[in-house]
Formats: sequence, C-alpha cells, structure tokens
Amino acid sequence: MGEHTRRDERSASEGISLDADVLVIGGGPAGTWAAISAANEGARVVLVDKGFCGTSGATAAAGTGVWYIDPAADKREAAMAGREKMGGYLQDRRWMARVLDRTYEQSNQLAGWGYPYPTDTDGRPQRNSLQGPEYMRLMRKRTKAAGVTILDQSPALELLVDDAGAVAGAAGVQRQDGKPWRVRAGAVVIATGGCAFLSKTLGSNVLTGDGYLMAAELGAELTSMEFSNPYAISTAFGSVTKTLFFGWGTFTHQDGSLVPGAASKGGRSAIARALLKGPVYAQLDKADADVREAMRASQPNFFLPFDRTGIDPFTQRFPVTLRLEGTIRGTGGLRIVDDHCATTVPGLYAAGDAATRELVCGGFTGGGSHNAAWAMSSGFWSGQGAARYVKGRRSARGSATGAGTVGLQHGSRAALNGADLAAAVQAEAFPYEINYFREAGRLTASLDRLDTLWHDATRAGAAPHRDIVRARQSAAMLATVRWMYRSALARTETRGMHRRDDFPEQDATQRHYITTGGLDEVWTSIRPHADAYLAEAAE
Amino acid sequence: MIEVIDSETCTSCNICVRVCPTNVFDKTDGFPVIARQEDCQTCFMCELYCPEDSLYVSPFAETSVSLHATELKDADGLGSYRRAVGWTKDTKDRRGIDRSHELFGH
Repeated sequence: MGEHTRRDERSASEGISLDADVLVIGGGPAGTWAAISAANEGARVVLVDKGFCGTSGATAAAGTGVWYIDPAADKREAAMAGREKMGGYLQDRRWMARVLDRTYEQSNQLAGWGYPYPTDTDGRPQRNSLQGPEYMRLMRKRTKAAGVTILDQSPALELLVDDAGAVAGAAGVQRQDGKPWRVRAGAVVIATGGCAFLSKTLGSNVLTGDGYLMAAELGAELTSMEFSNPYAISTAFGSVTKTLFFGWGTFTHQDGSLVPGAASKGGRSAIARALLKGPVYAQLDKADADVREAMRASQPNFFLPFDRTGIDPFTQRFPVTLRLEGTIRGTGGLRIVDDHCATTVPGLYAAGDAATRELVCGGFTGGGSHNAAWAMSSGFWSGQGAARYVKGRRSARGSATGAGTVGLQHGSRAALNGADLAAAVQAEAFPYEINYFREAGRLTASLDRLDTLWHDATRAGAAPHRDIVRARQSAAMLATVRWMYRSALARTETRGMHRRDDFPEQDATQRHYITTGGLDEVWTSIRPHADAYLAEAAE
Repeated sequence: MIEVIDSETCTSCNICVRVCPTNVFDKTDGFPVIARQEDCQTCFMCELYCPEDSLYVSPFAETSVSLHATELKDADGLGSYRRAVGWTKDTKDRRGIDRSHELFGH
C-alpha cells in the first residue's frame, strides 16, 4: 500500500512530496544507523541519498577498520590513552568511553544480522574490520526492513525552516528524472559525510560538504575545521587510497634514491615535500609472503590498480600521489551540543563525518577505525534523539520555507557555473603549500581569493536546472574551505594534523576548540576543552 | 573510470544506472550508456553490482583508455573484483576471509 502511494506520487508531474517524523540526509553508515534507530523509536522515517544507499560514500567503496575494543577495563583504558597525544589532547574521555560502548553494541548487532565476520586462528570472532560493499549492502537491507522509505539518486538542495527557526524538512531533486522532491519532517539528521573536494580519494566524490552548507544556512555552527588536511597515499594514476598498506613500503625519487623521512605513518609530509619537486615512487618491499597473502584476502580493492595494469607492487616501483581527504579523515564538522548529537539548530542533528569527531579523535584520526566507530555511535544516537524530539512536540505543522542561498537564489549576474567554481575551489584546497603546510601569509592570500569567489557566487543567478546539483556542491565546497582556513588562521600553533610552518610547536595555552560559522562573513571563536571547565568547576 | 559495457552479456537490467553513486550511466531503450564518464570516481561499485559481469572499470582515475570486451574476457578481467570479494556463487567463502586483524597495529 505504502509502495503504491509512493509510486503514484513519483509519477505526479510536480515530483515527490512526503511527510515524515524524521528525515535522514545521506545513506552511508551514519545515515543508515540513524534511520534504523529512529524507526526503532516508532518514527516514520525517510532517508534520501545523493547516489544509492549501499554504494554511496567512502565506506562502501573503501571498507574500514572499526574501533572495536574488548570491554575489559585495561583494554579500554589503553585504547583511549593510546590516542591522546596524536589527537593533540583534544579528545573527551567521557565521549570516547561511550563511543567504545556503543560501537561494541552495534558491531555485535551486525554479527546478529549475519555480517560475515572472520575468526582468527583460535576461532575467536574478529570485529575490528568491515568490508565496505558487504557492510553497506547489509545496512541497506536492514534500513528497508526497519520500514524506512529510501529515495536514491535524490540529492538534497536545501533545508526547510519553520517560522520559529526550527528545521522542518528538506527539498531536492531526483536527478535521474529531473523532478523535485520535498520531505516535511519534524527533525532532520545530517549524515552527508565530510568534504574531500572531488579529489577522487576512494568513494568520496559524493562527499562535497553539502550538509555543512545546508545546516549553516540555518545558522548551525561548525567546529575543529582546522583539522581538515589529511592526504592519503594512492597510485599516481588510480583512486584506491589505502594508506595502511604503505606501511610496508619504501619511497624513492625518480633516480631510485630514498626519500628521506618518508613513511605512511609519521612521514607523509616528507612525501608531500618530495612531490612538490618531482615524482615519488613506492614499492611494498617490506611485506613478507604471509603479509602479502593477508593483504590480498583483506582488501581486494587495493590490488585492482595493480592487477589491472600488470604491476606487482611488492617487486616493482610505481608512482604515487597524495589525495586530499579533507574533513572525511579530518575531525571537523557540525558542532554537536548534547549526547544525542543535536546541533545548535532546533530539530537538526548531525552524525558521522558530517559531525565533528573532535570528541573521540581530537585533532587527528589515524584511519577509518575511529570514524567508523563514530558513524555507528553518532548514527544510533542522532536517530534516537531526532525521533524523541519529534515525539515531544506533536504540534500542528506550520509553514516551511526553503533556506537555501547560493546557487538557488536569483541574482543579477550570469548563472553560477558549478564546474568552474569547483575547479577554482580545488586550486585553493589541494595544494600542499597552502593546506598541508600552513602559514599565515599563504592562508590569508587564499582566503582573499576564496572570499571573492563567495562574493561573486552570492551575486550569480540561480544555476540552470541541469547544473543545480553541481552548483550547490561547489558552493558547499567553497563554504567548507573558507571555514577550514579561517579556523587554521585562528590556531596559531601545530597540533594534531594541523601544522603551521610559522608556529611549528604545540602551545599548551591553545588546548581548546575553535568554533566557526557564517556564510558571507565567516567568524571563529574559542571554546574551552572539557577538562578546563571541569577544573574550573572544581575550584 | 568505467570503460566497458559488454553488449554480448548485458541484459539491460539497469542495475548499474540505479547503483552508481555519481550517476554516470543513462538508461536507454537498449543497453545503458556511459553518459558522464568524467563524473566517474573509479570506485568499482557498478562492476561489483553487475550480475552478468558485463562492466569493466579501468584503474586509471583521470584518463580514459581504450579497452575492448573481448580482450578483457580473454584475460579473465571481467568480474574479477566480484569474484575477489566473494559475490559470485563459486567464491562465496571469500566473504569471510578478511585478515585485517593481523595487519592492524603494524
């Protein structure tokens, strides 16, 4: 019956119009966990994905480690303590502990649903890794089984807002038939992932910061956006970024001489500096026969670029590059203000890479592991929180108007060109000498150019229908890099992944968070770390 | 980037059109077509979801190369990723052979 209703609505010339309690935007791990958890609270849930829930996003294509730790107190303590220095001491122990608990529960739930976890040689199940396609195929199946309505190939273009400033749903376009969709909802979960600026790091080209922009148009705040400059190693020609495996690699210049200090862990900056001068090659010559076999069993996708070009990565050199992962493997994102991942906007929640991971990772994530744990946990919490928020408010629906700005409004000048704008943003976000190795002069010069781009974009005419998704993606990328660089300027030290050439040391007085926001005028401010105000309260 | 749709085996089921995260394919009255190759992110997902092993994604993410289905079939290239992840009948046991736990902590 429900199916029929939906199909009828789809065939209507005006597109799809749905009413829901909770709308989830984004169908990766965080979005699917959020949708299932909201549905389990009794909410009517719609999930929209720009691409296809099940293949969209970094996890489906790449796979991921998971921060799954045995509940024994000593193991949990070691897992938390082991990360603090790397993250610049910005993690929050209370959040780390609750993420470990929740990740343990969700992983065991996956096992119960039939995820084919492997066992070790002693027959013990191993739950600290997930095969991307397998995991996300299962999550789609469970999302549908929970009664969630999924709209694939349906990018969101803007959030809807009511008279009181609370979120009231979202609107977008079904990009395969060009018809609009509109979902009225009492609460919205932003699970749109991070932003990697169309760098083609594996599976990430759907992740363009759309959720940040839409949320910021309602006044939402972001935080830790300076932690946004990780670059992943891949073959120079390919898209498969699997930096972990390069731990068995040796890096050389064209002439075969070693790149001094180069390593996948703790020496990636040496690779970046070498790449500024010429090509860099890698060979995974430190992997013995057993490791080689384990790699192939564990990550078949890693071998696609090699098998399909006839390169043996263990015995032959191949050219490598670094691809920007932006806020996907960074820790910046929408600021959350309670244990259910609410943002500063009433009714608006954030999960996964769209939300900040500063609470579990501080200023650095070594790999997908913590982000995957965060996606499961924040997904679960945000879905639950959104459903309960709606339950507590059963009031009559008032007005709902679109809050979208750049690319959607009619300006006086030529229409916004999405492809041109994307290229202009990439020219500021990709260069190692601006983003990887940061310095006040270069950041300021870049921001001047970016502010001009924004100024022009706000005066441009609405993008034509066929280009509207691309135009909004580019606007989101532009907004994202401006928050990144303003925050990077505000942190006058080197901490976590954020490195300043002009401030190469960590500064004990800057153990705080940087909040940012705003569209025409980007602002930053400082929030204390939890330890600081707890210490103050104890005095 | 996606390079090949093998018209000998494609059944026009259009699964690739549905599942592509970046909307590269278009449905037609006949076989689906690669309509926006420049949007391909080389994620290999279409290949994995093709039940007939009719698709081939070249590993070159930035440049288009000329490939032909017959050569790929001869080299056992079509469907190789699907077999590797255990998504074919004959390779099902590979779904649970992840040994990442041995590689982490390196």
